[in-house]
Amino acid sequence: MKLLEMNGIQKAFGELEVLKDISLSVSTGEVVAIIGPSGSGKSTFLRCATLLETIDGGSITYLDQKTAWTENGIVRYADAQALRKIRGYFGLVFQNFNLFPHFSVLRNLTDAPVSVQKRDRAEVTELAMGLLKRMGLEGKEHAYPYQLSGGQQQRVAIARALALRPEILFFDEPTSALDPELTGEVLKVIRSLAEEHMTMVIVTHEMAFARAVADRVVFMDGGVIVEQGAPEQVLGNPTQERTRRFLERYSEQP
Amino acid sequence: MTLQTMIQILAGGLCKSILIFVLTLVGSMPLGLLVAFGRMSKFKPLSLFIKLYISIMRGTPLMLQLMVVFFCPYYLFGIRTGTHYRLVAVIIGFVINYAAYFAEIYRGGIEAIPMGQYEAAQVLGYSRARTFFTIVLPQVFKNILPAITNELITLVKDTSLAFAISYSEMFTLAKKIASSQSTLMPFVVAGVFYYVFNFVVAFGMERCEKKMAYYR
Repeated sequence: MKLLEMNGIQKAFGELEVLKDISLSVSTGEVVAIIGPSGSGKSTFLRCATLLETIDGGSITYLDQKTAWTENGIVRYADAQALRKIRGYFGLVFQNFNLFPHFSVLRNLTDAPVSVQKRDRAEVTELAMGLLKRMGLEGKEHAYPYQLSGGQQQRVAIARALALRPEILFFDEPTSALDPELTGEVLKVIRSLAEEHMTMVIVTHEMAFARAVADRVVFMDGGVIVEQGAPEQVLGNPTQERTRRFLERYSEQP
Repeated sequence: MTLQTMIQILAGGLCKSILIFVLTLVGSMPLGLLVAFGRMSKFKPLSLFIKLYISIMRGTPLMLQLMVVFFCPYYLFGIRTGTHYRLVAVIIGFVINYAAYFAEIYRGGIEAIPMGQYEAAQVLGYSRARTFFTIVLPQVFKNILPAITNELITLVKDTSLAFAISYSEMFTLAKKIASSQSTLMPFVVAGVFYYVFNFVVAFGMERCEKKMAYYR
């Protein structure tokens, strides 16, 4: 089943066209890695998918529910009530975590499920404690974000997104703000989610990681999808010259 | 006049100073938040109007503003105000003046909250109101505490400006006693009272800051 379908997405900031007619669909259980040079539009694409940016053209559909569409050249979004429901379908893990510093770790996880989704506090707390355990953060529930390392904070952020029980989870360069030694612990958690067939779209610069966890790798450059396919094909034997150049430049870096 | 009588009279005045202090805060702190919203509004006429208001409140003496508020009903509308209007005028004058200062402090605090906090809240499904009151405002409050302490301390001393319209708070009484008894003593006593008042305010605010230090 298609969880997400984005068709012909266009987005410009002023004169600058960041996304030029991008289409991507994600099926249940699929892990999609989006790679590409800085400024290729990967993050903007993710921000459009998570409704943090409005699109200038194209359509977005979550679980067969029209989220955004273009009518006679004008983009329309679903009404506020529908959008609230649609926001419940996805979660987003940010590059710089964006935890709420004044909430304890536990409250970071439970506040939205309890106050937004109106779920039972006891049930949510139990779920949250289970998630923390899975993230290797047992005993940290009463800590505050500033007391945690970057890797721990990012794992809390992942748990926070999961506590809302999303159908699909987006990651915006989840390890870019981390020291190399802390990157591993976050990637491990994402890998374990992939093993459980969590549907995920991951914007990343970690090529080895993309190759290991993704079912499909999408290479973006200059606001378009240059090439996509199985990780072995796109990363190992790319058909496009641009992909090849990018990967070569990438492997040259220390 | 014995020192004891003097202290008794001035303590009565201190109560009125405290009354001005409390009523001003109760009025100006919430009003300041509304003013800050107006100042940040995307509706240009409103934000320009608020900018002008803040500019006037900060650009003219509080003493002059008190006079205007006090005499305005009579000179502009010919209304004869009763004696109770003195306190009302003092409070109106202080509230509209301090709201302007608080508004700018709030604005600074609100604008310092990273965009990521709003985006995280939005993705988690928080409504705009909930985002503001449970995510943004508590963090703003912590960040602006030192600036608020400054304002509170200034306000304690500013209550003495009510003498300009002869409201019988502590400074007005001290001045009266000093001229009738030709002695400096009432000023010394009032000075001690102001100092102690501010000491308590500063102590309370320090406790507040410590309480908020549980996160960074």
